Amino acid sequence: MSHETHVEVRTQAQYEYDKAHSKAHMRKQVVNFAIMIFLTFVAFASVVAGFPATFIAPVILLLAGIQVVLQLYAFMHLEDRSTHMVGVIEFFIWSGGFLAFTFFVAFTTIIWWG
Amino acid sequence: MSSVTQKKGFGAHVWDYLTTVDHKKIAIMYLAAGTLFFAIAGFEALLMRIQLMFPESTFISAGLFNELLTMHGTTMLFLAATPLLFAFMNAIVPLQIGARDVAFPFLNSLGFWLFFLGAIFLHLSFFLGGAPDAGWTSYASLSLYSPGHGIDFYILGLQISGAGTLISGINFIVTIITMRAPGMTFMRMPLFTWTSLVSSSLILFAFPPLTGGLFLMLVDRMFGANFFDHTMGGNTIIWEHLFWIFGHPEVYILVLPAFGLFSEIIPVFARKRLFGYSSMVFATILIGFLGFMVWAHHMFTVGLGSTANAIFAVATMAIAVPTGMKVFNWILTIWGGSIKVTVPMLYALGFIPSFVAGGVTGVMQATAPLDYQLHDSYFIVAHFHYVIVGGIVTALFGSAHFYWPIMFNRTLNHKLGVLTFWVFFIGFHLTFFLQHFLGLMGMPRRVFTYMGGQGWDLFNFISTIGAMMMGVGVVLLVVDVLLSIKSKPVNKRDYWGDGRSLEWAIETPLPFYNFKQTPLIRGYDPYWIEKEEGNKEGMVYAEPLGEIHMPNNSILPLVMSIGTFIAAFGALYSPWGDQVQAGTATGASPAVSLALIIGGLGLTIACMIIRSVKDDLGFHVTVKEIEKIEADLAHYRATGKKGGNK
Amino acid sequence: MDLNQKFTPQTWPKHPEQATLEGKNKIVGLWIFLASDTVLFASVFATYIALKDHGPAGMTFAAKDLYELPLAFIMTMLLLTSSLTSVYAMYHMKNYNYSGVRTWMGITVLLGLGFLALEIYEFQHYVHIGFGYTQSAFSSAFFTLVGMHGIHVIIGLIWISGLIFRNSKRGLNLYNAPKFFAASLYWHFIDVVWVFIFTVVYLMGVLG
Repeated sequence: MSHETHVEVRTQAQYEYDKAHSKAHMRKQVVNFAIMIFLTFVAFASVVAGFPATFIAPVILLLAGIQVVLQLYAFMHLEDRSTHMVGVIEFFIWSGGFLAFTFFVAFTTIIWWG
Repeated sequence: MSSVTQKKGFGAHVWDYLTTVDHKKIAIMYLAAGTLFFAIAGFEALLMRIQLMFPESTFISAGLFNELLTMHGTTMLFLAATPLLFAFMNAIVPLQIGARDVAFPFLNSLGFWLFFLGAIFLHLSFFLGGAPDAGWTSYASLSLYSPGHGIDFYILGLQISGAGTLISGINFIVTIITMRAPGMTFMRMPLFTWTSLVSSSLILFAFPPLTGGLFLMLVDRMFGANFFDHTMGGNTIIWEHLFWIFGHPEVYILVLPAFGLFSEIIPVFARKRLFGYSSMVFATILIGFLGFMVWAHHMFTVGLGSTANAIFAVATMAIAVPTGMKVFNWILTIWGGSIKVTVPMLYALGFIPSFVAGGVTGVMQATAPLDYQLHDSYFIVAHFHYVIVGGIVTALFGSAHFYWPIMFNRTLNHKLGVLTFWVFFIGFHLTFFLQHFLGLMGMPRRVFTYMGGQGWDLFNFISTIGAMMMGVGVVLLVVDVLLSIKSKPVNKRDYWGDGRSLEWAIETPLPFYNFKQTPLIRGYDPYWIEKEEGNKEGMVYAEPLGEIHMPNNSILPLVMSIGTFIAAFGALYSPWGDQVQAGTATGASPAVSLALIIGGLGLTIACMIIRSVKDDLGFHVTVKEIEKIEADLAHYRATGKKGGNK
Repeated sequence: MDLNQKFTPQTWPKHPEQATLEGKNKIVGLWIFLASDTVLFASVFATYIALKDHGPAGMTFAAKDLYELPLAFIMTMLLLTSSLTSVYAMYHMKNYNYSGVRTWMGITVLLGLGFLALEIYEFQHYVHIGFGYTQSAFSSAFFTLVGMHGIHVIIGLIWISGLIFRNSKRGLNLYNAPKFFAASLYWHFIDVVWVFIFTVVYLMGVLG
């Protein structure tokens, strides 16, 4: 509750360790990025290649889902468990995702086709 | 600093309220605005009931009746019940969790002003060519072809006030998540805080579909899009889905905080711990979740097919389970308690049977085949008024009596309160109980008159008498409020003597920073725990007396809201509108319309830029100032004189 | 909070965006808002799916023949890359390196502008061939969905460039660190939405 901010001076060793750690983490982020690019390319290529639609549609939706998880957990730092109230944040985001899914299902099944 | 201890001119008071970010003052503004719109919508209902008092009455015309019924529903739900509940959420939730303010005080103020100006915009329709007349659901197949600007007022007004509600919802969620005092774990939060959290989460997820739907309607009507126009490939059912995806959770948005308020009132006057606290929390969350999975039960007769109807029927009936858990928990809290029948408790005792009646008729309608019979009849009207008046309005009236000492340091009169309750309660049942039977006899809802001799005349007449009694009840309540201004200040903590949660531990009148030291919460019902241990201060503290950081006041929220208000007029008089082009509504020239839209939104954006560029770090209240304010308050409580003890 | 408090990389907190109560509130609040925005996009998305290829009798436009996949692919790449550059900016923020933050956020803005330019070109092209906003239910739904994402991009660009300009002289402190972090979260969210637009609107649109 306090509005005061506690600034602690890190020791040189701790500082070096943190710095190396975040550098290694950044390298992982670049790998994540490469995976996302690759997944996008696979989705794009499979459509251009003209495989049957019943096969492509679920696959590219799955690929999109993987990308979203990567974005949320890697790029948006949800994997960092020290984020304040990260569990609550996850709960809200996935509730939103679940509702979005419900809307998709409803609007593809119980709206008339005119 | 403190408005309680210092004398100020009238202008300074007005400016103070226009710029305030204090949750207690915003609560008072919500209360005042909500009451205003409650009175307006109640008056509209009275006019409708007078029209229906006798068969083939000509008191008001059919067109005006449509406008009144639309505005009554829209106003009651969006502009009366929601802000009144926000008033109590603002006033009480920060105190219950031991916070000095909400998480985003600026947004709190912005939320209020957006709501208020949106509401004013909607009501201007009465003076600018006719109010909306397509029902509060505003089904696209009706509203797209409604002549004049009525529906445009509905769309734009709700868009603005809906944005305000969404902002307030986000603010409450974050407040409850991050601003809790040390020791206030989730499972120690009072039930009103819990229901406010769940209800705000429902706002968070339910208002975007409404915003989306309203936007589609806006571009359809005003800028030539084709979402709902079947000749252009559109589909009118999309509006119904989007509306009810919002509309059903909206009912729970309103009723959950009402449940929370009763869960505060009942333990205090039964003088017993709330029975089954964790099951109450669980039931609240479950109701919130299921509330989203049932929207199509409003559309059973649309013809979605038997599979869809069956799924939504079962989901709807499932909601009765957690609601039933709550009802039993309330009854078991009262059971064996040492009951004091005060006015809030009277409302609570009236609430339980009335709400159960509304819930049971709800389960009846969940049965899809039966709903084909009940749909669009007065049975539906009776059902949702039992839920809304029996559940929400009783909660609002009861908690007004309950929380008045904290909010205003005054009390509402007990005797007048009891009289108000009985007049209102009897009036309510007279009005709506018979409407069940009118519905079963076949009287359709939303009709402006009916033929005599069908057996409906007597019931309609009695119903109108009941409505008038409800009107008298509301007037009595307002009189009670006015009388309370001149009544003796309370000047103490725990007015009812049996308060359990933290808000009762603070001595009224409250200083603007609520808690001079952040409290330490040692369990569920923290104030009760401290009282049992003989702690005269009502709380233990988590920190020594120190500087307090508080947010700055700002006029920007009001100016930003005025910007959207201006832009809304630009969109309303768009020359590209369907109705303008059909010649049934007036339009401005393209230049004027665009200038208003761009100018209005520009004003809003300029304010946002000022807000981001200018650092707003708040201010600090020093220990010396705190001591002075506390001394002034103590002096005021002892002598009744403002202005400090120099 | 003291704006003039001077930091060194060693005194700079490990989580600068969450070192203050305001920062914590801001980050949690932005996440909650994003959850809400997800549902807003979902409603418009669902509407688009329901109205895809629907128009007045005899409409000649179908998603299958309309969309330019290579263009959408390039747009996706631009936005994905801008997501990575804003991760770089946050990496430099953790290391208390303001010029790094500024550079990478600047690159993010440039990539976003590139995306926006392509989108405007695409829209203008569709309008030019007769697929205007009021042409059919399909066109209204397409422009509303993709345009709403475009408006999010514009807001994100104004937000990020505003932050860069406002803080160009004073560098990082605990007051603006949460603001940078929040803006970057918002920017990632725009990318998340675009992944779905690319997949559902463009790729699955071409599938027919």
